[in-house]
Amino acid sequence: MTIEADRIDSVELCRAVAAFKAKGCRFVTITCVGADQRGAELLYHFDRELALSHLRLTVAGDEVPSICGIYSAAFLVENEIQDQFGLRFNGLVPDYRRTLFLAGEDSLPPFRRKSGPDQEE
Amino acid sequence: MVFMIPVVLKNLFGRCATRPYPQSPRQLFAGSRGQLINDAGKCILCGTCARSCPSQCLTVSRKEGLWQYEPFACVFCGVCVEACPAGSLSQLGQWRPAVRERERVVLKVEVKSEKSGVRSEA
Amino acid sequence: MAGTILPFGPQHPVLPEPLHLNLQIEDEIVVSATPAFGYVHRGLEKLADIRDFRQMIQVVERVCGICSMIHALTYCQGLEELMGIEPTPRARFLRVIWSELHRLHSHLLWLGLFADAMGFESLFMQLWKVRERIMDINEATAGNRVILSVNVIGGVRRDLDSGQTAWILSELAEVEKGFSAMSRTILHDYTVQKRTRGKGALSRSQAMELGCVGPMLRASGVSQDMRLLGYAAYGELEFAPVVEQDGDCYARCRVRFAELGQSIGLIRQAIAKLPAGDTSVPVKGRPPAGEVVARAEQPRGECLYYIKANGGKFLDRLRIRTPTFANIPALTVMLPGIELADVPVVLLSIDPCISCTER
Ligand code: SF4
Ligand code: SF4
Repeated sequence: MTIEADRIDSVELCRAVAAFKAKGCRFVTITCVGADQRGAELLYHFDRELALSHLRLTVAGDEVPSICGIYSAAFLVENEIQDQFGLRFNGLVPDYRRTLFLAGEDSLPPFRRKSGPDQEE
Repeated sequence: MVFMIPVVLKNLFGRCATRPYPQSPRQLFAGSRGQLINDAGKCILCGTCARSCPSQCLTVSRKEGLWQYEPFACVFCGVCVEACPAGSLSQLGQWRPAVRERERVVLKVEVKSEKSGVRSEA
Repeated sequence: MAGTILPFGPQHPVLPEPLHLNLQIEDEIVVSATPAFGYVHRGLEKLADIRDFRQMIQVVERVCGICSMIHALTYCQGLEELMGIEPTPRARFLRVIWSELHRLHSHLLWLGLFADAMGFESLFMQLWKVRERIMDINEATAGNRVILSVNVIGGVRRDLDSGQTAWILSELAEVEKGFSAMSRTILHDYTVQKRTRGKGALSRSQAMELGCVGPMLRASGVSQDMRLLGYAAYGELEFAPVVEQDGDCYARCRVRFAELGQSIGLIRQAIAKLPAGDTSVPVKGRPPAGEVVARAEQPRGECLYYIKANGGKFLDRLRIRTPTFANIPALTVMLPGIELADVPVVLLSIDPCISCTER
């Protein structure tokens, strides 16, 4: 069983998220499924009238565009993912620079895997 | 504030809602999950409890015949009690008393040979 | 000039848990607020790497000390969906009963803390006295006062006999009497009105945009409640969300107060309809595989679990989005513009649970 989600890349991300906002969706959260040096996979969840929709973003490397400009509430979860997975969100305000839970930029992100992100069956 | 005055007065002159704890301890309810004990006579050292314990505070060693329990890491969830195939674990109707030093329960268990055939699934 | 930065917390008399806010103030008015965390971070999501998926039930219960049962419920429902297991009807109704007991004691706890934040000590004590009966019900029926540990994959671990349900109903009548006696104070008292009306107001569109959940959203006029999804047995019970329009601290207080009565009503309905039968189904077969999103309504709002499993004993990824995590961004909008003396009230109005937020 997998979650039905539109697959997008980081170029399309902001446009896709803005489309959700235009539809009046509530931003639920972002889940980082896995990340390593080759890339990362993130799920964006939106809710409208109790129905969830998802976006699945795959990025190469560890740079992700921030969606704070669209949904300002995303700052907390993006900072959390920076702490846990060592990704970088571009344009994130306020940026805690991995001090939300950890000690700072030089601490090791605990969730980052050494192998590749798990591919779906 | 005015609406609260009758309640406050009633509480002030009425019966105490709390109890003086160490002198009169509270009785636990019948189904409460209290102190965990193992009946050494029934235990077959199968290790099911140790595998199912979420806080991993049980260690079972067949070779040495020891059942060990770390009461300070235990969360009293009762999972081991339900998992035990021999029914040797149970929870008492009272909590562990407060102590000054960390304790560890080490139980010497002798498994009789006719019991050792019992197998179980984790 | 940047004004003065005032650290609010992590240790503050009004805060039940260590939240740190950096408040930039100008005279006595807050200009901006930046939350800071990390005081109670425990890394429970990471524990999924070394605890198998059954042991994780007890771990996720410890994400939050107040809505523990509903955390386990959400997690179990997620796994049941993955493994294709249908819990028995009796288990679904029992889950509703324990969920609503949790909501009751959580809301009573919050109303007490909120009264304390206003400096209303006698109300605080009285509400907590009422709450004690619910803790007793929890202990007598589930074995523990707070962390019930009743959920398993496929059902529940405890059952209620007819004597217990009758006792629950009579205790709930007392609880209802207890908090109804407080209703005049909570809803109409001059002090409460003065401290809460018009404070920290969020409009409907703001609340939606900030991704607020639960009573925060409902106080701003959005009728959203995950119980409408009909999980457990909610689909078979009569239920309509409590909605208020003003969006201020007073409206949030009204929503939570009205939900007390609603929870009691739901428990009565569930007990009246409680079907006979087993409390759980045996779980056989392979460990779960695939990914799933599960949601449930906690006292503080929507809780979301993302579970990814690979067919092995350990989960690939467990992500818990707790309700307070979603409500914190609203603080950065509600706090600017209010007086420093009102910060505790506005802060408490989101019902912050910091252990939840940091996990
Ligand atoms: S599960 Fe029961 S019989 Fe097996 S080792 Fe534990 S206590 Fe002994
Ligand atoms: S009660 Fe729970 S935590 Fe304690 S030993 Fe048993 S399984 Fe482990």
